[in-house]
Amino acid sequence: MEQLLKVIDQNGLIVAFLLVGLLTFFSDIFSKKVLKGKIPGSAIAIFIGLVLGYLGGEFSGGEKGLADISIFKGLGTLGGSMFRDFAIVATAMGASFLLIKKSGLLGLVSLFFGITVFFIAGVALAWIWGYRDAVSLVTIGAGACTYIVGPVTGAAIGASSEVMALSIGAGVVKTIAVTILTPILAPRIGLNSPASAMAFGGVMGTSSGVAAGLAATDPKLVPYGAVTATFYTGLGCLLCPSLFYLILEYFI
Amino acid sequence: MMIYGLALLALSFLLGQWVGEVLGSLLGINANVGGVGFAMIFLLIFKEWFLNKGWFKPDMESGIDFWNKLYIPVVIAMAASLNVKSAISSGSLAIAAGVLPVLLAFLIFPMIVKSVKSA
Repeated sequence: MEQLLKVIDQNGLIVAFLLVGLLTFFSDIFSKKVLKGKIPGSAIAIFIGLVLGYLGGEFSGGEKGLADISIFKGLGTLGGSMFRDFAIVATAMGASFLLIKKSGLLGLVSLFFGITVFFIAGVALAWIWGYRDAVSLVTIGAGACTYIVGPVTGAAIGASSEVMALSIGAGVVKTIAVTILTPILAPRIGLNSPASAMAFGGVMGTSSGVAAGLAATDPKLVPYGAVTATFYTGLGCLLCPSLFYLILEYFI
Repeated sequence: MMIYGLALLALSFLLGQWVGEVLGSLLGINANVGGVGFAMIFLLIFKEWFLNKGWFKPDMESGIDFWNKLYIPVVIAMAASLNVKSAISSGSLAIAAGVLPVLLAFLIFPMIVKSVKSA
């Protein structure tokens, strides 16, 4: 037993391959036998992943979900930003450059639209919750965009650490909400073509949420959603602490 | 050779991330702007170029396709390593500001698609 634990401890990434494989296998069986294929196995596996992430945080008190428990630490490597971005880029092989170029305008419009909508909604909610200073309002509004835009903005304009933590929390909740809601709502909002996936990536923005949500909806749409979503965080970091902050300060 | 495909993917990835970092610092912000998007475009351009030259072989594609197919497992691992606990427990505002704008965006989404298509 001691030797087995040593092997597991020294080969985290390999353990993660096995864990994700097992999780996918049981999710597929559950999807086919219990749900009669109504919800795809990958959506269930991603959802169980989130639940495990919650439990991991509960037991370890750390910040990386299940990956904070030492025998599962390889999940943090496999699910970290390097492998995630590398795999997203690989999905471009199945995409058509022509289609991306054709829907470029739709993607661009939806990017600006998405950042503005999330920012205004975030600011409005922070206002309802009793925040009145421009710095806190902008930081929480930025957190409603993504969990990177929030702290980058907060650091730039000097927000308190409590507000920064809140903005990160809002951003992570957004990622989770997009992951869960996308496969459920996709048929109702016409999310079924490369062009609509590009607009969706621009509006929602959170790369992880969009990519996970589209993967559970239709893997063919992933590259189109990812190609616009990847500009969202950068654009948000550009607009929130500058233009949006100045506008809001003017009104308050 | 499968490794050629993998190396091409790695080259596209690194070039794209580099462009994203340079763009971020040119704009004066501490973030990568569109690195993944640029990497995807590099990969598509390299693929076209290799296809035209007749250099692109099926086993090269398999080196890239492996990572393409590994994408969903990576997302599952990512979901399991998110800080779900603290996100949910950082207060009611974090949950409201995370969920309500998403619902609003789902409502507005069909209108954006329609308005741009008709324009």
